[in-house]
Amino acid sequence: MENLDVLRYHEQVIIRLRALYRQFGYTQYETSRFEEYELYARNKAFLPSDEIITFSGVSGKLMALRPDVTLSIVKNASDGVAYKLFYNENVYRPALFGNALKERMQAGVECIGDIDLYSTAEVIVLARRSLDILGGRCSLDISHMGFISGLFESVELPSVQQDQLLRSLGEKNAPEIAALCAEFGLGQSFCDKLASLVKLYGPFDNEMLGELKSIAVGARCDEALAELTALSAILKEFGVSAHLDFSIVNDLSYYSGIIFQGYIEGAPAKVLSGGRYDKLLQKFGKKSGAIGFAVYLDMLEHEISSKETDVILPHNENSDPRELARKVNALINEGKSVRVCREAVK
Amino acid sequence: MINIALPKGRLGDKAYAVFEAAGFGCPSIHAPGRALVFENEETGVRYFWVKPSDVAIYVERGAADIGVAGKDILLEYSPEVYELLDLQMGRCRMAVAAAAGFTDIQGRALRVATKFTNIAQEFYAGKGREIDIIRLNGSIELAPLLGLSDVIVDLVETGSTLRENNLSELETIAHITARLVANKASYKFKHDEISKLVSEVEGQLAVT
Repeated sequence: MENLDVLRYHEQVIIRLRALYRQFGYTQYETSRFEEYELYARNKAFLPSDEIITFSGVSGKLMALRPDVTLSIVKNASDGVAYKLFYNENVYRPALFGNALKERMQAGVECIGDIDLYSTAEVIVLARRSLDILGGRCSLDISHMGFISGLFESVELPSVQQDQLLRSLGEKNAPEIAALCAEFGLGQSFCDKLASLVKLYGPFDNEMLGELKSIAVGARCDEALAELTALSAILKEFGVSAHLDFSIVNDLSYYSGIIFQGYIEGAPAKVLSGGRYDKLLQKFGKKSGAIGFAVYLDMLEHEISSKETDVILPHNENSDPRELARKVNALINEGKSVRVCREAVK
Repeated sequence: MINIALPKGRLGDKAYAVFEAAGFGCPSIHAPGRALVFENEETGVRYFWVKPSDVAIYVERGAADIGVAGKDILLEYSPEVYELLDLQMGRCRMAVAAAAGFTDIQGRALRVATKFTNIAQEFYAGKGREIDIIRLNGSIELAPLLGLSDVIVDLVETGSTLRENNLSELETIAHITARLVANKASYKFKHDEISKLVSEVEGQLAVT
């Protein structure tokens, strides 16, 4: 890597991300751009949208341009094998704003197998360091679906009501949560707990975890709390900081544990999203656990201003092309960059 | 500096009055002229007026850090924003109305005229009723009168427009008020400023 300057900003980012993932022993996964449509049709709720580009394969089977890489990786994962993979591929999914389908560049990390506390921490460290590579101020926010399900279980909510509360939690919509709690006739102590959870936002440290402890109820919440507490200690060893934010919610039927999102200053929406998705593997009849994340590289709008060309050589139809060639060759051999521009004769 | 998108019109004026009373005033906003952006460095706010239905877009894409948007717009477009406060103003309801004496004959798609196509679709999907959406941009009340649609889905404030046109309200879909919304990234990177503003505005709402 003698001269990264010739690369565009997002290309530089990709190279640095790859170097980071390799440093932690992850290997690159390459996959086909298309899969059978059925793979995505069966797991629509796992995908951000049901808009998918389809086409007929040679044998008449309905195929799809992949909207996601994780499903392809999970489909091919065998039980009993530990996978530490990263990828950098284009996916075909709707643009962040609006519905038009776009080719979007994504990088990501997946860790599949026996997921212990250390592997969870490692993936989160990789997520945080990925944000640092994207540049500027950044924020990695962590939530835990197990904690939220634990809360819901304490009042045995039907899933329709759970979904409505989850949506409001995701909007940090305290007034709506109060209204829904009243509408569903839920007890005061549960309503107060949800109200505190929706307002909870701060550094991932003992003080915040203490606040979370006051909201916990039942064994699942305690388990989640213990996992978060142990995780915060390991992140400290890596010198990695994060925030707790329970407005990060995801589909309960796919996500079971820790989930997280990353933001960088200057990008209006999340640039990184991930979490523990054991339940997806269960749907494929697999026993392994899994955690991973994706980085949305098309969110990187700010380009580092590329270095100007050293020399601009104007020429017109009257100039001698051989003379021009000699000049260009000499400059190139000196290691300069040259741009030859044709001008009209006045 | 917090960028605030306000909806042009009565609702925006009312919302600004609350922000001003909460200590986030910007005197230049009252100055006559054609300026679009008003800034007060002392209180750290920059206001701009936009079309009410555009507020959510400005906030979602981060051109504004926070904004004031009707719940109708938020329900219709589901923008990726935080919904931090109910400003308890601009109160009305999203309702279904039809010509007096209308009964729904099952067995064919119900023709629904509306500006809020997503809200109508979601509402009737929830009821398992097949509908035919007729997207209109105004004078929705006219549609059932001329036989263009069976029912309409629209905002109802007092119900007087409906009554004058001999329409009656059948069902309420949602209660609507203005909400304070925030961009998700701004909420992280301008957390202290936004939290302060939100709590001051909340305090002001409790007083009035």
